[in-house]
Amino acid sequence: MSNWVSVCELKDITPGTGVCALHNGEQVAIFRVSANEQLYAVSNYDPFSKANVMSRGITGALGGRVMVAAPMYKQHFDLATGECLEDAEVSLKVYPVRVNAGQVELG
Amino acid sequence: MSKKRIIVVGNGMVGHNFINTLATSEYASQFEILTFSEEPRLAYDRVQLSKYFSGYTAADLALTTESEYNEKGVIFTLNDKVVGIDTHAKTITTASGRIEGYDKLVLATGSYPFVPPVPGKDQDHCLVYRTIEDLEAISASAAVSKTGVVVGGGLLGLEAANALKAAGLETHVVEFAPRLMAVQLDEGGGKLLRRKIENLGVTVHTEKNTKEIVAGEECRYRMNFADGSFLETDMILFSAGIRPQDELARKFGLELGERGGIVINDFCQTSNDDIYAIGECALWDNKIYGLVAPGYQMAKVAYNHIIGNLITHIPSELAFKGADMSTKLKLLGVDVASIGDAHGRTAGSQSYVFNDDIGEVYKRLIVSADGKKVLGAVLVGEAESYGTLLQLMLNNMDIPGNAASLILPATDGAAAVGLGVSSLPDTAQICSCFDVTKGQIQEAVRNGCHTMGALKEATQASTGCGGCAALVKQVMDAELESMGVEVNTDICEHFAYTRAQLADIVRVQGYSSFEQVLEGHGKGEYGCEICKPALGSILASFNNEYVLKDGLIGLQDTNDIFLGNMQKDGTYSIVPRIAGGEITPEKLIVLGEIARDYDLYTKITGGQRIDLFGAQLHQLPEIWKKLVDAGFETGHAYGKSLRTVKSCVGSTWCRYGVLDSVSMAIALENRYKGLRSPHKIKFAVSGCTRECAEAQSKDIGVIATEKGWNLYVCGNGGMRPRHADLFATELDDDTLIKYIDRVLMFYVRTADRLQRTSVWMENMEGGLDYLKNVVINDSLNICEELENAMTKVVGTYQCEWKTTIENPEKLKRFSQFINSDKADDNLAYVRERGQRRPATELERIELVDLNSK
Ligand code: SRM
Ligand SMILES: Cc1cc2nc3c(=O)[nH]c(=O)nc-3n(C[C@H](O)[C@H](O)[C@H](O)COP(=O)(O)OP(=O)(O)OC[C@H]3O[C@@H](n4cnc5c(N)ncnc54)[C@H](O)[C@@H]3O)c2cc1C
Ligand code: SF4
Ligand code: FES
Repeated sequence: MSNWVSVCELKDITPGTGVCALHNGEQVAIFRVSANEQLYAVSNYDPFSKANVMSRGITGALGGRVMVAAPMYKQHFDLATGECLEDAEVSLKVYPVRVNAGQVELG
Repeated sequence: MSKKRIIVVGNGMVGHNFINTLATSEYASQFEILTFSEEPRLAYDRVQLSKYFSGYTAADLALTTESEYNEKGVIFTLNDKVVGIDTHAKTITTASGRIEGYDKLVLATGSYPFVPPVPGKDQDHCLVYRTIEDLEAISASAAVSKTGVVVGGGLLGLEAANALKAAGLETHVVEFAPRLMAVQLDEGGGKLLRRKIENLGVTVHTEKNTKEIVAGEECRYRMNFADGSFLETDMILFSAGIRPQDELARKFGLELGERGGIVINDFCQTSNDDIYAIGECALWDNKIYGLVAPGYQMAKVAYNHIIGNLITHIPSELAFKGADMSTKLKLLGVDVASIGDAHGRTAGSQSYVFNDDIGEVYKRLIVSADGKKVLGAVLVGEAESYGTLLQLMLNNMDIPGNAASLILPATDGAAAVGLGVSSLPDTAQICSCFDVTKGQIQEAVRNGCHTMGALKEATQASTGCGGCAALVKQVMDAELESMGVEVNTDICEHFAYTRAQLADIVRVQGYSSFEQVLEGHGKGEYGCEICKPALGSILASFNNEYVLKDGLIGLQDTNDIFLGNMQKDGTYSIVPRIAGGEITPEKLIVLGEIARDYDLYTKITGGQRIDLFGAQLHQLPEIWKKLVDAGFETGHAYGKSLRTVKSCVGSTWCRYGVLDSVSMAIALENRYKGLRSPHKIKFAVSGCTRECAEAQSKDIGVIATEKGWNLYVCGNGGMRPRHADLFATELDDDTLIKYIDRVLMFYVRTADRLQRTSVWMENMEGGLDYLKNVVINDSLNICEELENAMTKVVGTYQCEWKTTIENPEKLKRFSQFINSDKADDNLAYVRERGQRRPATELERIELVDLNSK
């Protein structure tokens, strides 16, 4: 089982935005897509632009899949699976994330 | 088989049209085509000639090029007049002595301006208006004149008056008849036109017969009139009508009309079967047609007849049957249209008249004795119903509903009485300039032309005078609909609306959040990266709230969300506003110090300001704090909003400047900074016509003249450059700002997402004229609203960076990590010309290697 580590408070993530956490030496983008407690966590590294910027993308949904659009060149990534909707070969690593007593925790 | 030889005398609009038809036809290879032009250049668009004065060059007006003719194998000789025809030997002789044989000879010699035989008419500065050389002479004369007179108050005369006025002359029009445009307009229409034109500062003198032109006292010349009165002027432009250029026919025995013109039959043959005449030199049924469309029709008829005669040996059935002379045009900014029997000369005809002295609109509708058919119309001041009325007349259709409503203004709520295009027969001519029928447009649409651009390219419809644009679009849309093509203009899967519709929804409902719009008018619960920034921008345009406010922040696109432009490695650039490009040495030093301290790559931008590159997220607030303390504001380089107002140095320093372009640029930049819009907006202000600020390539361009500002709109640099359109002239400061307020707010309301003003204009039904009508004449009655909306934006401006650095909550986001102060370890730089830049991938590999050693 994973060890949950707290990275910030839920209120630090404005609904509709993302933040980046440093977690075991890796950059993890955490998104709060709407005002509830549902969070998503994927790698912050954008494989297309090769820059650590995923947390700054716009979130939303396409055909029912909750996604983030890469801020640089706008490819879409499924936030639940990390899959790139434009290129099946590419995907982002997905991290376990939860809210525990107002704290955002990565596993 | 040897090739057939066709010689075309004259390379004007119609001669060229004929050559083009022949040279691009399936029979082209069987012909050798020669053409001779008396003018020093190949055909150009005479209809648009006056645009020469608003900056069009000869190249812009050209209908073809020498290389195009060379490619098509058309042999042309410029500057060589045809002076002789030997009808027996079938040869022609030119002024330079060349003799060439023909199988068929086509005379397309056009017409020449009639100059009344007034003593003194042959002096310098007594000019005409027909060729590019004439216009050059007019410009040269205007430069050394203060007052100008146009002799002739017809269609061309008024166009010429416009040109003189634009050149800054005190302008007069002298007309022999009791009213302006006597051929096309009735008394009421002529009267209103006169009033409107006089309001624009052109003095009109009717019932004046010029007796002589003598030396003046105050001006160069004095014109003495038959009634004893006189007028002083520095230059005179004759525009008293045209005469067919029938010199060759006269000398070499072809039949002429009583008052000139080369007589042709229904196949455009002259009295000699091997010689055709087309265009303005030809006389058909005792009529000369002084418009280009009938000329093109003749060219087509002559082409078919020649092919039938020389190649297929099947007699052509296409005959010239006369042409409609209805016209719609804009004279000195006034819409004027004349349709069919404008004077009500048909026996038993009756008319409806609508006269609005306040709104300055006059309309007269002439109907048949039984009241069922439209016979003619006169429209002055407003001519939107031109297309509908013309089609009703041309197709002899029954008037739908109440005839009076065809000319009455639309009352609130009720849609203007239009003509369903579906009721038109397929043979209805929609574009008269290029003789394109409804059926041809439908066919092109079925063959894949689904946009106006594609349709224009395929059919040429609406590429001439443009008068038919609205109708062409209606036919296209109706056809698309009937094909079941859903013209999907939805912004994305979450909203079944265009951006303009969403803007209306937000404005009318007074919404202030994305959630409200999504709940009321959208689908799903999240939105996406298309609709969120679009609505973010719309909300900002109308409400102008702080864009990083909770609830709005998630809507902001890549750059806006951190108020900087993201660079390729995830760092940001910083662009403080330097209004008008003016900066004090102290401020320059601050920029230099900050750039040095943070090791930011520094560059002067193409927008006359300074860009500092390579700041990391956590550095942005510190840097901006220093900038704000030194008096800088955000430059919105990241926003779909006003970017820069470029300026030239203008009258304060420049020896040519006529107005203070820098002060105006700064005032404009400060007024519109922060306005969020469908795409970015750029301005420029030049201090004189030398145009050092390149204003004519901007969304809003302002150029100083001796008499005030000239306003240009909808220019673009970038991917697809577009020359801006001259929108209004000689404006004072207040009117200039008023018009810009209106244009910009109308753009904000009606443009598509990420549509620059240039494309917006190109897609606007009715184009420039329509926009002028909305903004200058307030035709939609929304100008007050537009101005109020702009006043609100101006009044609620805030520097987003100032607000941000004063708000500790907001600053939390400006760091690479929410849980650490560390920096992004993926950044790597090399130094070049004394500054740093991101390492390339190859360099990165080498850098890593070096580090690990
Ligand atoms: C910095 C600058 C180049 C420079 O070093 O000179 C620049 C840089 C960028 N331009 Fe530009 N443009 C810059 C002047 C221009 C100009 C010249 C001008 O404004 O006089 C033009 C042509 C004029 C025009 O827009 O009509 C220009 C036409 C474009 C276009 C094409 C727009 C079009 O309608 O075709 C784009 C792409 C777009 O907007 O979609 C673009 C986009 C961009 C972007 C935003 C590309 C991007 O998405 O990263 C660049 C990032 C800016 C940054 O990181 O700060 N830039 N760009 C100039 C900033 C001017 C300023 O002070 O704000
Ligand atoms: C300012 C202006 C505005 C106009 N606006 C409109 C409008 O809005 N709508 C409209 O429909 N029409 C308009 N017209 C009219 C339109 O331009 C003409 O109908 C059209 O140009 C006629 O074409 P054409 O080929 O018959 O004659 P032109 O275009 O005049 O061409 C004739 C050519 O033949 C040359 N030529 C003559 N004799 C000889 C010779 N012996 N040897 C060699 N070359 C010779 C002439 O130099 C000329 O180049 C306008 C005209 C002007 C001047
Ligand atoms: S546009 Fe005119 S005023 Fe401005 S710098 Fe150039 S020459 Fe001088
Ligand atoms: S009618 Fe002139 S362009 Fe169509």
